[in-house]
Amino acid sequence: MALVLTEEQELLRDSARGFVADQWNIDRLRKLRSMSSGRGHDEDLWKQMAELGWTGIPFAEEYGGLGLGYAELGVVLEELGRGLVVAPFLSSIVLAGSAVALGGNDAQRKSLLPGVCDGTRLLALAYQESPRHDPYAIATAARLDGDDYLLSGRKVLVLDGESADLLVVAARTGGSTGDRDGLTLFLVASDVPGLTLKRNVLLDSRCAVNIELDNVRVESNSVLGAPGTGADVLDEVFARAAVALSAEMLGGIQESFDRTVEYLKERDQFGVKIGTFQGLKHRAARWFCEVELTRSIVMDALRAIDEQREQQAMLASACKARASDTYRLCGKEGIQMHGGMGVTDEADIGFFMKRARVSELLLGDSTYHRNRFAELGGY
Amino acid sequence: MSDIETFRSEARDWLEANCPAGARGPDSVLPDVVWGGRRQTFAHDDVKIWLERLIERGWTVPRWPTQYGGAGLTEEQDKVLREEMRAIGTRSPLFSFGMAMLAPVLMEYATEEQKLEHLPKIARGEIRWCQGYSEPGAGSDLAGLQCRAVREGDHYTINGQKIWTSDADVSDWIFALVRTDTEVPKHDGISFVLVDMETEGVSVSPIELISGASPFCETFFDNVRVPIGNRVGEENKGWTIAKRLLQYERSMLAESTGVGSGASTRRQSLLEVARESLATPEGQLPDAGLRDELVQYEMDRLCYGATYQRSTDAAKAGQGMGPESSMFKLYLSEMNQRGSDLRQRLVGHVSLVWDGEDVPAEEREMTRGWLYGKAGTILGGTSEIQMNIIAKRVLGLPD
Repeated sequence: MALVLTEEQELLRDSARGFVADQWNIDRLRKLRSMSSGRGHDEDLWKQMAELGWTGIPFAEEYGGLGLGYAELGVVLEELGRGLVVAPFLSSIVLAGSAVALGGNDAQRKSLLPGVCDGTRLLALAYQESPRHDPYAIATAARLDGDDYLLSGRKVLVLDGESADLLVVAARTGGSTGDRDGLTLFLVASDVPGLTLKRNVLLDSRCAVNIELDNVRVESNSVLGAPGTGADVLDEVFARAAVALSAEMLGGIQESFDRTVEYLKERDQFGVKIGTFQGLKHRAARWFCEVELTRSIVMDALRAIDEQREQQAMLASACKARASDTYRLCGKEGIQMHGGMGVTDEADIGFFMKRARVSELLLGDSTYHRNRFAELGGY
Repeated sequence: MSDIETFRSEARDWLEANCPAGARGPDSVLPDVVWGGRRQTFAHDDVKIWLERLIERGWTVPRWPTQYGGAGLTEEQDKVLREEMRAIGTRSPLFSFGMAMLAPVLMEYATEEQKLEHLPKIARGEIRWCQGYSEPGAGSDLAGLQCRAVREGDHYTINGQKIWTSDADVSDWIFALVRTDTEVPKHDGISFVLVDMETEGVSVSPIELISGASPFCETFFDNVRVPIGNRVGEENKGWTIAKRLLQYERSMLAESTGVGSGASTRRQSLLEVARESLATPEGQLPDAGLRDELVQYEMDRLCYGATYQRSTDAAKAGQGMGPESSMFKLYLSEMNQRGSDLRQRLVGHVSLVWDGEDVPAEEREMTRGWLYGKAGTILGGTSEIQMNIIAKRVLGLPD
């Protein structure tokens, strides 16, 4: 697949861009962060996006999806990222949705995916336990009790977990913390006895929950796929999600860059536009290169998923590493070049920096992915 | 059979029948580049024969119109031809500044007579061109050039000096920027002229660099008489052509594997170098810092490769290379320097030898290449100039 948008993808992009411009405003982030209860996203907005079909983009038609690819999903995510839209795309569609699509048996897919595709059912993936992203550092135990499992442990940073009807919980049926083997994915309703959610509003106004599981009883038919094979599913899910998240980050990267360049053209100091200063010009030029390189690797990594390319996982790591570093640069330079205004809450640029930080640490930052890249490359 | 499949089959047959054994396959004796020109010599007959056959067919520059020495192929045919050449492990060895830089601007700005005079000789590799742009006092400020051309009847008399004229000592003609008006703003008094290096008064002196001998030269003009008809475009309108040519130069630099990267496909990968140097034939490298640098470099290469492909794909979709060629030049030259620098540090003490009894010739070359590579971020417009161009032409930041 060529690294340009097709006509259909351009239409999708224009439609998504128009939608975000009409229906969303960065000011909404100021309201969302002060909400101490309820859903962390706008339900009506989600419904509209579902009606547009976006929630079904990456899923097969037999499950109610559009049967399109990550190239298309990336186009929509980029536009949502450009506007810093808050919606459970990454959590429900990409992370938990992919886990079901990749790891679930046919009955599970048939019962869950149509609701995911039409946006009526929200899923979330509860995986992280360690301070930093570390997919196998899972201690949460799943103990057989008769035909059931009892789950006990603690999960952190479960994105959009406060809205999810159903959680996909990674737990250990064998091995010990850090082992790749012995992980199993469970489908757990979010309102079962023994499960406690603690709601956090993150830096970027999105919601995530920490979860306590205290002997939560789940039936054996709630195992997603086969017991002990969770890591196979998670590896694939994380590789895809890293790229999808990078696509969303790309939108914020581009927008924060564009806004800052505009500011350099408007802001007067010493009787001239600050954009005339070479000290800023050269930094803007280097920043431009980083944005373009990020766009290229994101487009390539999205297509690598659709083409099932062999090096997809390495490309995903190269992609997330780049997107993380570039978005961090955007936060740093965006604020610095906006000067005093940049550190005020009134200016929007700070929201990009905050989203950059959350996105950077989600699913592994650049050092994590450089290490992963070397491991995958056998060195 | 579709037209393109007919073309493919004919091309395949022709290549099979005409590409000599020595010019194909893994044991090909084809040199990296045959630069052409009056002084071109061939170490192997097969290279000479192969080049002659390609020239006859117009396949050294397949997309050029036939009257200029090409074969008038469509983009699709050209792609098929390259595929078929790759399939038997061959390519056209001819490459030159004439092909990559001068020819495109001649196609755009020269008279028909000039095109018919010069383009076929470039296509056939008969004339080797060098570039007379920089001067001792006009480097980054190229438009400040002082090499003077005074019009006297049907010719110009040129006096002045050019510097960094790569390969001037082995070139036949030079395309040069000269000042034809000193009374106007600097950009408005420049003309673009073509000069036969054999003209009386042209002399060349090679420049020694930090890496030792180099392709760079100084070229002097002492009362050199050049016919008015050798001027391309209007008098004093040369800057437009000069800038256009610089875009092609940057594209060329962006496409090449880069100055000082020790460009050879058979080169060891940095990972192989690291494994050998750290005595770790397999498994995780023991030096976490080096490993991380290696990964960063590999990731950057992936990003650059994807960016280059995106630009190529965009061009095919009808969006040409514009000022963003500055980005490629800027990024690639710095990336190559980093790669070369990392390699030298990986190989360790051997990289410190300038010359001696106990160092393989290849290592000596790599060290010279690392030194020569320092020029990569300066020649063809410094990194700082590329950033100026990006800031102005791409981002639209004010002067």
